[in-house]
Amino acid sequence: MKLKEIIEKCKFKVFTQGVNFEDIDITGGYTSDLLSDVMAACEAGSVWITIQRHLNIIAVAKLKEIPAILITRGLVPEKSTIEKAQEEGVVLLGTELNSFDATGKIYCLLKGIKGA
Amino acid sequence: MKLEEVARAIDGKILIGEEKKDLEIDKAYAADLLSDVLALTEESTTLITGTISPQVVRVAEILNIPAIIFVRGKKPTRKILDYAKEAGIPIIVTNKTMFETCGILYSRGVRPCKNRPATNIHEDAK
Amino acid sequence: MKMQNNVCETNKLRFVYLIKPRDFSNAGDASANVRAELEKHGIEPDVIRRVSIICFEAEMNIVLYTKGGKLIVEVDDQKVDIQALDKGPGIEDINLVMTPGYSTAPEWALEYGFGAGMGLPNMKNNSDVFEIESEVGKGTVIHSIVYRRKNEVKGNN
Repeated sequence: MKLKEIIEKCKFKVFTQGVNFEDIDITGGYTSDLLSDVMAACEAGSVWITIQRHLNIIAVAKLKEIPAILITRGLVPEKSTIEKAQEEGVVLLGTELNSFDATGKIYCLLKGIKGA
Repeated sequence: MKLEEVARAIDGKILIGEEKKDLEIDKAYAADLLSDVLALTEESTTLITGTISPQVVRVAEILNIPAIIFVRGKKPTRKILDYAKEAGIPIIVTNKTMFETCGILYSRGVRPCKNRPATNIHEDAK
Repeated sequence: MKMQNNVCETNKLRFVYLIKPRDFSNAGDASANVRAELEKHGIEPDVIRRVSIICFEAEMNIVLYTKGGKLIVEVDDQKVDIQALDKGPGIEDINLVMTPGYSTAPEWALEYGFGAGMGLPNMKNNSDVFEIESEVGKGTVIHSIVYRRKNEVKGNN
């Protein structure tokens, strides 16, 4: 599914300016706040769902070919994180939903299930 | 969903709390960071986490969390299982990722809770 | 770990816990004990919850970041009074550490779910009165009060 569609359907906020999300294919999702866990297990092409918002998350995203990071609970990433994301071409998204909620919605979208 | 159904749905195993297999699980919260869990304000919310430590059970006790689901194939230690048993909190383990676990339960009707964002408790004054 | 348990006056309770630095296997036990004691004495559930959260975060902070310290919980008819004192290293910039998300947790701690940077904000959010004082090289004192009868305090009837 295209990232753009996920963003629109879930009404996610986009923090990064000028990072393309029209053509990005999202093939899965990964929910975790533990960086070493993401490093070990997240698959490329996934949207990473987390409350972590410091600079290191961008490096992790680049290494693992994660095109987009969704920050939940209405939390806002640090300015330096947004800047780094823009530099590296990682899309930073935000939502008021908590991680369980956001994960549920994205999972249903990707699987084509009607979310309850 | 009942605890037993939850375990089945996520290919999980009930390690503690077999006797509570009919416990109703209607809400869940996913968090790896303890302070994130401590911001949970809604009662009776099942915790889904990949963090294995005795403190997770302590926090679950404090917040009256009805059950804990450990994801990503993490195995709780004997000490953790003993704490959980003492505290009367069922434990389910699954090899599935947090993403899949949340997704499956969400699609089966387990609801998210409203947890309070990082603002002052006093703003709730009626 | 519990140093004293005094019932000073008929309606007053006092619990004192010694918290050892880096003592991860027992970290959280003092807070669990506070909770059990408050339940035993019939303290209001909402108060117990808030006090437990405050004590837990305070205890974890002492274990993770300090050279050791003490947790003192006093209960009377009006309130639960919590003090967390440590022997150092002290906090340089209090405003910074009170910022949600700010954390000085080492890498390995993050893997155990610590270091979200929400500890002090969580404590403050659950307190009716919250004070923190620190001196670099000396240590930190955190004082928190949870009132038992909110309506009385706020003047609502």
